[in-house]
Amino acid sequence: MAQNKLNIKAEAKNLNFFYADGTKALKDVSLPVYENKITALIGPSGCGKSTFLRCFNRMHDLYPGNRYEGQILLHPDNTNVLAKGVDPIEVRMRISMVFQKPNPFPKSIYENVAYGLRVRGERSKSAVDDKVEEALKGASLWNEVKDRLQDLAFNLSGGQQQRLCIARALATDPEIMLFDEPTSALDPIATVNIEELMSGLKSKLSILVVTHNMQQAARISDYTAYMYLGEMIEFDATDKIFTNPSKKETEDYITGKFG
Amino acid sequence: MAKNTVNPDESLIKPKTLEEVRAMIKSHKRNDFIFSCIGLLTIVFALLTLLILFVDLVMDGYPKLNYQFFTEFPSRKAAHAGILSAWVGSSLIMLVTFITAVPMGVATGVYLEEYAPKNWFTDIIEINVTNLAGVPSIIYGLLALGLFVYTFHLGQTIVTAGLTLGLLMLPIVIVSTREAIRSIPVAIREAAYAVGATKWQVMLHHVIQYSFGGILTGIIIGMARALGETAPIITVGALTFIAFLPPAPLMMEPPFISFEWLQSGFTVLPIQMFSWLSRPEHAFHINAAATGAVIIMLTLLMNGTAIWLRYRIRKNIKW
Repeated sequence: MAQNKLNIKAEAKNLNFFYADGTKALKDVSLPVYENKITALIGPSGCGKSTFLRCFNRMHDLYPGNRYEGQILLHPDNTNVLAKGVDPIEVRMRISMVFQKPNPFPKSIYENVAYGLRVRGERSKSAVDDKVEEALKGASLWNEVKDRLQDLAFNLSGGQQQRLCIARALATDPEIMLFDEPTSALDPIATVNIEELMSGLKSKLSILVVTHNMQQAARISDYTAYMYLGEMIEFDATDKIFTNPSKKETEDYITGKFG
Repeated sequence: MAKNTVNPDESLIKPKTLEEVRAMIKSHKRNDFIFSCIGLLTIVFALLTLLILFVDLVMDGYPKLNYQFFTEFPSRKAAHAGILSAWVGSSLIMLVTFITAVPMGVATGVYLEEYAPKNWFTDIIEINVTNLAGVPSIIYGLLALGLFVYTFHLGQTIVTAGLTLGLLMLPIVIVSTREAIRSIPVAIREAAYAVGATKWQVMLHHVIQYSFGGILTGIIIGMARALGETAPIITVGALTFIAFLPPAPLMMEPPFISFEWLQSGFTVLPIQMFSWLSRPEHAFHINAAATGAVIIMLTLLMNGTAIWLRYRIRKNIKW
């Protein structure tokens, strides 16, 4: 892996996060997200990895009282997505998200994928049609649903629903995609499908994924960050983290002595 | 013997034999049976009461339940008296009620649930809205008399009655709107926000659409209640004997729509029933029974529609 060819797509710098009740959930967290790579966040339950992920698209803004300190810079334009002057909607237009449990809208398959385009004011039917097809192909769902695009999304299986959610997030050409434990509600076969899909997606965009499953992090990610109690303990190439971590805590967690 | 070790023979909980376990399950299941019997009895009792009442009304009023009854004005001769002015009055008032209470109620519900900050002021509003649903209807009538009739000089008219019943229905619509909105999972809202939707887009494309079944149910149940209300309508001055119809809202020549009917005096079905019932002649009591049957049928029809609509809309939504 040629280190000098790596571009940083986004980087968190000294990020602190406080929930409305005053709990400090993230303590001075810094992390680079490399372009066209998959970065995995691992750590025991409650370590702040999902909280951290949800800072990237300002999801915490939906609930009053939450507060950020520090920066998440988005390159190449160097926008601090956490800045007061930056609209969270603008951030979400650039950084899309796939959630833990498949959460399709109770609408048709087509409308689910097209929703991001509707929000962006896309009126042309043929442009939306093309984009929906492209996104469904990108999420390897096209062949399964091309004859029933007007069916309700709820009629799909759990794994298909999650791929539909990926297609929905993909249709708007995001620069970064966030995955919050995307396979924790799925069976092993559906999990393999999603993992293969994610590996295929990284040629187009950068991926940040939270997982509670270390084998998954080892299988799919290029970089891994280990978090514990709201702190970033170690960040390095995935191979390095899983074979020769530099911190004792990371090693204990990886080898199962802890967590 | 150390304090913290328990000798199995001295343990307070003795292991049960299989027979004992079976006997225990049997006795527990007896409670299931007893409860379902009580439940069945109460529901049968409640339904039977309503059924007997309804059948009684229909049997008493049967001779009058024909086409003519709906097309005749009230009359001094019981045989010729009908409920034309009453059902037209009820319909027009319901129209005013619907047009005022529904947009206001739904908007208030959405605002309180989604937009309003959570502070002492909105807490007070919330408590008041919930309490309003329990205020006796005659109080609404007195309020309306003071506000609409004397302060706003709207007169003892259809618009006054419609607004009064609108007030009565408002808390029902607000509460059911909020309940319906609250049942939408957080995950669905977050999904919409995550693709870059604004709050208003989330409301319009998702929240209101998915809660529509529940909102509609609240609206129809509120309307059904308003339809049967008598006290507030009497307070604002309903007439008991009307032998004319309000001016028609639609006309053949321009401007095609007229609002004169809003200024018209009125009567409604429950008042027509009440006025016939208070007469000594038995023939009028038959008319009253027939009117009662019509009101109950309308209410059942509206509630039935509500259930059917909710089923239709929720069929596509699973969470």
